[in-house]
Amino acid sequence: MAEPLLAVEAVSCRFGGLLAVDAASLSAPAARITALIGPNGAGKTTLFAVISGFLKPSSGRVHYDGADVTGEPPHRLARRGIARTFQIVQPFAGLSVRENILVGAHLRRAARAEALARAEQVGREVGLGDVLDRPAHTLTVAGRKRLELAKALATEPKLLLLDEVLAGLNPSEIRDIVPVIRDLSARGIAVVMIEHVMQAVMSLAAHVFVLAEGRIIAEGSPAQVAEDRTVVEAYLGHGAAAKVRTAHVH
Amino acid sequence: MRGYLLIAAAVAVLAAVPLVVQSNVVLNFLVVTLMIALAGQGWNILGGYGGQYSFGHAAFFGTGAYVTAILQAHYGVNAWVGFVAGIAAGAAVGAVIGGLTFRAGLRSSYFALVTLAFAEVLRILASVAPITGAGVGILIKLDLRPQAFQFQSRALFYLVILALVAVALLAAQLIERSRFGAWLIAVRENEDAAMALGVDATMVKLGAMVISAAITAAAGCFYAQYFLFIDAPIAYGTWISIEALLTPIIGGAGTVFGALIGALVAKSLGEAARFVTGDVPGLDLMTYGAMLVLVIAFAPRGLVGALADLRSGLVRRFAAVRKPVEAAHG
Amino acid sequence: MLSPVILVTAVLNGLMNGAVYALVALGLTLIYGVLHIINFAHGALLSAALFAAFLVYQKLGLDPYFAAFVLAPAFFGIGYALQRFIIGPASHGEDRNMLLVTLGLAVFIENALLYEFRADTRTVELAYSFKTIDFGFTFLSVSRLISFAAVFVVALVLWLIMTLTDTGKAIRAVAREKLGAELAGIDVAHIYATTFGLGTACVAIAACLLIPNYYVNPSAGNAFVLIAFTIVVLGGMGSVPGALIGGFVIGIVESLAGFFLGESLGQVGIFLIFIAVLLVRPRGLFGANA
Repeated sequence: MAEPLLAVEAVSCRFGGLLAVDAASLSAPAARITALIGPNGAGKTTLFAVISGFLKPSSGRVHYDGADVTGEPPHRLARRGIARTFQIVQPFAGLSVRENILVGAHLRRAARAEALARAEQVGREVGLGDVLDRPAHTLTVAGRKRLELAKALATEPKLLLLDEVLAGLNPSEIRDIVPVIRDLSARGIAVVMIEHVMQAVMSLAAHVFVLAEGRIIAEGSPAQVAEDRTVVEAYLGHGAAAKVRTAHVH
Repeated sequence: MRGYLLIAAAVAVLAAVPLVVQSNVVLNFLVVTLMIALAGQGWNILGGYGGQYSFGHAAFFGTGAYVTAILQAHYGVNAWVGFVAGIAAGAAVGAVIGGLTFRAGLRSSYFALVTLAFAEVLRILASVAPITGAGVGILIKLDLRPQAFQFQSRALFYLVILALVAVALLAAQLIERSRFGAWLIAVRENEDAAMALGVDATMVKLGAMVISAAITAAAGCFYAQYFLFIDAPIAYGTWISIEALLTPIIGGAGTVFGALIGALVAKSLGEAARFVTGDVPGLDLMTYGAMLVLVIAFAPRGLVGALADLRSGLVRRFAAVRKPVEAAHG
Repeated sequence: MLSPVILVTAVLNGLMNGAVYALVALGLTLIYGVLHIINFAHGALLSAALFAAFLVYQKLGLDPYFAAFVLAPAFFGIGYALQRFIIGPASHGEDRNMLLVTLGLAVFIENALLYEFRADTRTVELAYSFKTIDFGFTFLSVSRLISFAAVFVVALVLWLIMTLTDTGKAIRAVAREKLGAELAGIDVAHIYATTFGLGTACVAIAACLLIPNYYVNPSAGNAFVLIAFTIVVLGGMGSVPGALIGGFVIGIVESLAGFFLGESLGQVGIFLIFIAVLLVRPRGLFGANA
């Protein structure tokens, strides 16, 4: 089997007395969707912060694309091809949608005209074609999520970390955005997604990791994880697990 | 393209002023106003576009002024060379202060405090050091030749400072349209999000600081040439830190013309106040303080922003008026 | 060569000066701890309080130590009004705006004083301005001793307010968790204004303590307040013990530095400490993470 694009090796994060992440290991292959699920407060976003360079782990290593990138700052990782979205969506409020995406596009394109063209293209790909010139703060929640995605995509990443990109969306909005995410694999982008919307996770992800209280308690295909007793106890609950199992049959 | 045309038009209009105005009093007022606009444009690059509010821009103004004054008065260096040296020195001070503060990750209030402290340190040092003339200050010898960067006619000083302001306006316009500018604004709006998109926030802020310092230092060099005397409270005093900050905030921080408009408005109001009360010290600065509070309270994006809001508000109102009329005919 | 007596006297003087610094810093740190803003108007308010104390003495003949009982509540009111009706509303809740608004106020107040009173320096000479007490090995100024004691009294009163009164508890709640306090029904705007008022009252008391030995002009407060900023940063923003301890430390450092280096360089020394603390350990000795 080929070397995974991302390999997180026994990463721990200690804040004073609190161990937010405890020797967590996970891996994500290129051009596949991997999910990271678990109860709130499990440390998922903390782990993302480590992978994307916003936090230095107290121990453990992060390997990406064959290199040890532990502790590198976010902008350096972005240049290597790791992009992330934020759980609390953070558009550049004073700027238009196009100008927002432009910032991401500028990573690979120095000239403004080229970067603008790329920004427009990415904007249309995620479905924001109609609102490109509106101020970013006037977008709906769904629009902001797409913008967050567009900004990250404009940097032409190889690995995209999505932090609860579906949170706050209603079922039809979720239905609309899922194909956009699925399409990312087809384009060769590896995705690691933190999600609570189980239906989406199960239908999108090829592989799932479960984090609870800072520790990885299970991993495997969606079906395997849904059957795992510790996962059901710690997070899914029996009703949801049953629903997921039947959904996966389809 | 439109931005550059606007700059050319504004500069052309301002350049024509000496043809119409002969009064030295008015020309003097305009020269000082443009000098403040230049200093303010410097602040604008770091504070307006970059969102890093420095309360100590006097550090750069004073360094430019002192370096050119010292080189001329003590070492007989040519005034134009001194001018360039002053700008370079100001930029260097910016690099040092920026390097120290941005690497330490200082933001917002702490950044304001630290820049204030740096300016104060320089002021105190300049007030006791022999090379800066200590309490007495430095006098540049009167030598009314263009080679010595001194002019018989005030109109020529006016054109020089206008040229400098034009360069500063162009700098802002170029930054706005460049990748550096997009990154700088992104850092202002949300530093973490910017970093996640590959922006090296520390280097971008540092770059903005150096450019900002150079522009404000140029204003300081000009001050030295125009008034031929500086001392510590003039060069490094809080007055210039405040005016450099005030003018772009009033005019519109983060816009090309904000500092220029702000300088014109603030200085005019200050003059009007002095006219009314007969030159009692303190009144003009009082109006500045009041203006700052009022602008933040009612027009946080400055005059430029307020005008833009007014325009879009009118457009919307007009569109809304049309709808019921159409519905009535519908 | 340097007699230990002189050194000890310098330290003791520094301690007593430090007391007043600590009081000014206390007001500043209180405001920061609750409102999370650096009040750039603090120095101008001190200048205003100095003028107020001066005028009260000149026009009413009221001794500054008694004037404190009048000026403290008066300045509490001024501070309350400033925050409630100007700073709060003008800032629209944004930190960056609050910086600018307090700066604007500082410029306005200082220059209003300049406009009204001109720049000449005034002093107040009281019967005890130059009186000293003989401690055997050295003489210490009476007024400075009174300041030293007064600061502890004020700190004690503040502590009592914070722990025993409802308002004090509300203040501590807002400082810790504004949203939660709001949800619990606390009027945050009122608490902010009250805190600002308390900070300003501290400044007024400090002015009364300073008047017998200090000078009065529109920029007197500024010189003082940069030292206060240094103390607050050193002691930790929002930490009351930090402000007190920091005040004494800086008072001593200033006294010794001024002694060895001369007054101006002594001041530079303090600012360099200030810059160093900001760069290396911005949270200071006792502060929370910035």
